[in-house]
Amino acid sequence: MAKITVDGRTFEVDDSDNLLEALLGLGEDLPYFCWHPEMGSLGSCRQCAVVQYMDENDERGRVVMSCMTPVTDGAILSVQGEKASDFRESNIENLMLNHPHDCPVCEEGGECHLQDMTVMSGHKDRQYKYQKTTFNNQDLGPFIGHEMNRCITCYRCVRFYGDYSGGDDLAAFGSRGRVFFGRTEDGVLENEFAGNLVEVCPTGVFTDKTLSAHYTRKWDLQSAPAVCTGCSLGCNITVSERYGEVRRVHNRYNSEVNGYFLCDRGRFGAGYVNSDDRIPYCGIRDANGVYEATSAEDILSHLKTLLSDAKSVVGIGSPRSSLEANFALQTLVGEDNFYSGLSAVEAEIASLQLQVLNSDLKTPSLAEVEDCDAVLILGEDTTNHAPRLALSIRQAVRNEAKDLAKEARIPLWQDAAVRKLAQDAKSPLFVLTSSADRLDGIGTGIRLSSEDIALAGINIANGIDGTAEDDADIQSIVEALTNASKPLIVTGSSSACPEIVKAAVNIATALSKRNAETGLLICTDEANTLAAARLSEKPFPTTGADVAIVLENDLSLRVAGATLDDWLAQVTSLVVIDSLDNSISSRSSLVLPAATFAEAEGTYINNEGRAQRSFGAFKPKGDIAPAWDWLLRICHDQNLLTGVEQFDDLLGSIASANEDLAGAVDAAPNAAFRVHGQKISRMTHRSSGRTAIVADVSLHEPKQPEDNNSALTYSMEGTNQDSPGGMKAYTWSPGWNSNQSISKYQNEISGSAGEGTRGVKLFVDSSSQLAALETSPGGNSSAVSVVPNWHIFGSDELTNRCEAIHSLAPSPYALLNSATASKLGVKAGDALKLAAGEAPSLAVMLDDSIAEGCVICPVLEETRAYLHLPTAGDGLLVKDESWTPPADAENIISSDRSS
Amino acid sequence: MTDKPLTKNIKGDKPADLAAYEANGGYVAVRDTIGKKSSSDLLDIIKDSNLRGRGGAGFPTGMKWSFVPMDKTEGHKYLVCNADEMEPGTFKDRVIMEKDPHQLVEGMILSAYTIDADIGYIFIRAEYHAAARRLREAINAAKEKGYLGENILGTGYNFELHVHSSAGRYICGEETALLNSLEGKRANPRAKPPFPQVSGLWGRPTIVNNVETLCNITHIVANGADWFKDLGLGEDSGTKLFGVSGRVKSPGCWELPMGTPIREIIEDHAGGMADGYELKGFLPGGASTDFLLPEHLDLAMDYDVIMKAGSRMGTGTMIILDDQVCPVAMVRNIIEFFARESCGFCTPCRDGLPWVHKILDSIENGRGEPQGMDILNRQAAFLGAIGHTNCALAPGAIEPLASAMKYFGDEFNQHIEEKRCPYSNKNGAN
Repeated sequence: MAKITVDGRTFEVDDSDNLLEALLGLGEDLPYFCWHPEMGSLGSCRQCAVVQYMDENDERGRVVMSCMTPVTDGAILSVQGEKASDFRESNIENLMLNHPHDCPVCEEGGECHLQDMTVMSGHKDRQYKYQKTTFNNQDLGPFIGHEMNRCITCYRCVRFYGDYSGGDDLAAFGSRGRVFFGRTEDGVLENEFAGNLVEVCPTGVFTDKTLSAHYTRKWDLQSAPAVCTGCSLGCNITVSERYGEVRRVHNRYNSEVNGYFLCDRGRFGAGYVNSDDRIPYCGIRDANGVYEATSAEDILSHLKTLLSDAKSVVGIGSPRSSLEANFALQTLVGEDNFYSGLSAVEAEIASLQLQVLNSDLKTPSLAEVEDCDAVLILGEDTTNHAPRLALSIRQAVRNEAKDLAKEARIPLWQDAAVRKLAQDAKSPLFVLTSSADRLDGIGTGIRLSSEDIALAGINIANGIDGTAEDDADIQSIVEALTNASKPLIVTGSSSACPEIVKAAVNIATALSKRNAETGLLICTDEANTLAAARLSEKPFPTTGADVAIVLENDLSLRVAGATLDDWLAQVTSLVVIDSLDNSISSRSSLVLPAATFAEAEGTYINNEGRAQRSFGAFKPKGDIAPAWDWLLRICHDQNLLTGVEQFDDLLGSIASANEDLAGAVDAAPNAAFRVHGQKISRMTHRSSGRTAIVADVSLHEPKQPEDNNSALTYSMEGTNQDSPGGMKAYTWSPGWNSNQSISKYQNEISGSAGEGTRGVKLFVDSSSQLAALETSPGGNSSAVSVVPNWHIFGSDELTNRCEAIHSLAPSPYALLNSATASKLGVKAGDALKLAAGEAPSLAVMLDDSIAEGCVICPVLEETRAYLHLPTAGDGLLVKDESWTPPADAENIISSDRSS
Repeated sequence: MTDKPLTKNIKGDKPADLAAYEANGGYVAVRDTIGKKSSSDLLDIIKDSNLRGRGGAGFPTGMKWSFVPMDKTEGHKYLVCNADEMEPGTFKDRVIMEKDPHQLVEGMILSAYTIDADIGYIFIRAEYHAAARRLREAINAAKEKGYLGENILGTGYNFELHVHSSAGRYICGEETALLNSLEGKRANPRAKPPFPQVSGLWGRPTIVNNVETLCNITHIVANGADWFKDLGLGEDSGTKLFGVSGRVKSPGCWELPMGTPIREIIEDHAGGMADGYELKGFLPGGASTDFLLPEHLDLAMDYDVIMKAGSRMGTGTMIILDDQVCPVAMVRNIIEFFARESCGFCTPCRDGLPWVHKILDSIENGRGEPQGMDILNRQAAFLGAIGHTNCALAPGAIEPLASAMKYFGDEFNQHIEEKRCPYSNKNGAN
């Protein structure tokens, strides 16, 4: 710690910080652009100038950039003095010379860091009389708009895109007053985290195109603290609505999970909430097989009779529904009749994961991942299956650089200097996957079939236990893991191969005996896989029932065609509770319209066992209700869960019935929580136009809907500013309209943002030691095996229903090397069929980097269930003889064209 | 011993080849030093010689070198010669590199040995084709003779030397921008600390020195620190390549003792002002130094003397302002150059210089407004201090402007009042 004097007042601050971090941490309003709390300092914008004095007798002082100046004990500073503020005013004046006067039509307006900092710096009259610099903009794809004329050249975009997230198709071009940030030519930004540019850019150069499509100002948005349901990591998001439509998703800071950044699936994938495929009303299929809309009352009474009359009822839960809804369904049908609704493979992996969470093995948070100094990835395509984790692994490999910097006494916030010093030095990362991985470039990529990955894992575990290993790769992996102070093993269900996960568990078990800091992170397919798996070990019923209730689950993604058809034929009444029409709702006889994550509260348990509560931004239309609410009402009609009325009551029932889930109650404050005696407002205090929303119908403003289930309110009445971080509906502070206002709520820069932000880790009883798991990797190496290939855009069920995401999804393909192709009797331009003809045709593409015997297939709505079938065995893949290749089929792979 | 060590081999247009260079005492210092003297002894000699960097900033060379960590043996250390001579009005390094390339090669071998560097680069201005070619020839010849490369003269010391032609930006002359450029990155100056001595080229300890500085090393090592100190007339040691450009009778470049009076350089060596022109002022050390006036002619060209007079000795190559050139136009040209050569990294330089240029352009063209002068004064204060900006480019660019406004402020106002350039016959043209 160090004592510093700021404008005559003395404070104690952290001496590993720079002055800007220390001053912002003290609550000073000090403007900045190029510094970013996660990316550190650069020193290009020169906006955060303060005056530093040599000693008490120094009356002149000198201007220093606070972001580039370390905290030193006894430093005497002036932030508000004339010399410092004059410099900052001159600087912003120069910075703004070329900035257009387009705030009224700029999408950043109203939450623009540049606006805020300009006002803060005191510059208001422009004296510049000459022509402004202008640029041509580029088409950067379906997510991000580009308006270079607004650029203030802070270099944040390229630092995030290149340095931080490893993208190489966005760069700074040109020099002097004409620096251009963009691509060499128009085209979709390739990096999976490009969307963060929208928030990283301090002004309106990079904007959210999915918001532009139905733009609204930040102050007119109604928002809520939510949890992303795009994968198993549970990133914290702010979801925002206007006029009953989700408008956008922003990052919500959580120091232990996603920090400041999201992936593009999470950011741009919420549009399905507004889809035309939403189920708008309750419905019953009539005698002619036509769905008729009914009232909630009618359908509930219909269901009451149906359930009372039924001899057998089964409930199929959901890995994407809330813990509460799954629990309510379990209660309704009884434990014996409740199934998790997972695929058999995912259920097996989730069960392994629960064993790990309930053992003494350490499961790190994403923040802890970034501290790991050796990473082994076993059969998990992080970038496409659990994307935000890939970004954390990219930071983990920088620990070598950070160590070098510490040795050279370069502070870690001096980002450019740390990178220059370290150059290409990286902590070890090994990526054992079946096809090229985005992380190959920062580590060692090793291509193996799933069976061989599992075998390699077993050998690594043996090597750690002391068995001599011949294979050089295995040796170097063992050496890196055993030499690391915080080794990390990453695995998961993306390869749909439980043997790989078992091998990973055994590696972590072996390593933990030597090093208690060993981490093991298992990624599953869905946001709430663990909740569903925890409530039932049985994935799917083998026999039918009079009534089957399917909760938010498109079973065709998890149970392959014929098996599903057989089961459906044995079900008399199929009741579906879901938000979007899908292949199961289309075969149902009764449907209840469920709210999406954007309209409902719910608990999600992420892949590290962290329970987090998500809140809806708005009340859904008409009879649409949260799935847990429907199920609670159905339970009441069966005299179950009596006395349980509100969300908190339901959570309480879960806690009393399941000791290991009790922590979920504390994941967020309950509905009775108040700040200064007030509820927390979802709308901004300057929310405009609310009174005019229904003015075409009546001039009398209707009563706002009430929220009895949470401490949030659908109104601008109440308070948001003083609410705890995890309950903040949006981030704003006086003078700080942009998301940069988060620093106003953090207890220190990049520290925790007040109480309750971070969720609650469940399964914390870690007394039991995990014995080495029995492994039986497939022995038939001559067989062809299918490896699922996840795609960040296209593999997730719900986000794929957004137009922008879907436009980047691949068509079904089969990627294999030439030896495998000749074994299967196909060549490029042919097609293969999975599962002897049920699944869609896969266009054959050759890639000799793929391990022999592997056929890589994309996880898509139409292929997913087949990819979770037992993967080895002859006859799994057959040539599609009826395939007529498209006219340009010869040109699928560009490298083929020349040969 | 000569009193003109830097130019003793320069005769006529042809460069001194290895034989000629050796015949005149060349590589004796290398033979007598490598493997025979310790690097710390050499460093002491350099420190003792009081040699100051000849690239413009005048930083003591021995002190600069003393920050190189000498305890670590693993990994490369680099010596980089800054031959990116792009300061307007400066052409001194070119003379050495074109006419006596071995002098630089020998200086680099000795310098590298002192800091224990094993790889050297000569980062040379893009347009210096002849110099680059002759340096490459010299390097090859020295290599064949065993002065360079692996196991120099059988001593076990290795030093590889490469010539790298710049892609042509003024900012590459800033030592850390040079390093970034050499790494193939954008030529933005780096923040300091860390200094290149600790984390330079590819993150390794690196020394960057100017051509003339490195050439001096040979002579200091050969003749001793006292000899070198005695060469200077005043406080500063050694000789210096001084140059004069502008309307003088014989513009050129001469090796003269440090501390030579300005009057002697302009009147004796450059032959005085051309007929019909009077000296109005001059930039003593290149385009990025403050104007001095005829009243300063008797000052000695010493770093501290020129500093006290309110300017900098810079590269020691003067640019003359005569009575028939408009000072506003001259400053406008200089600012236009620097605005164009800004790397675009930090705000004051990137955005501030173009604004200054546009104001000067409008004043020169009869479209100036009185508040333009207020803005120029404000901008001069804003851009003019090191620390306000990331590197010294903008403060250097402001020096001729700020001093011109101080000395020739009336002429700026005259432009604005008369809405024309008084030096021009026609309105709006010069």
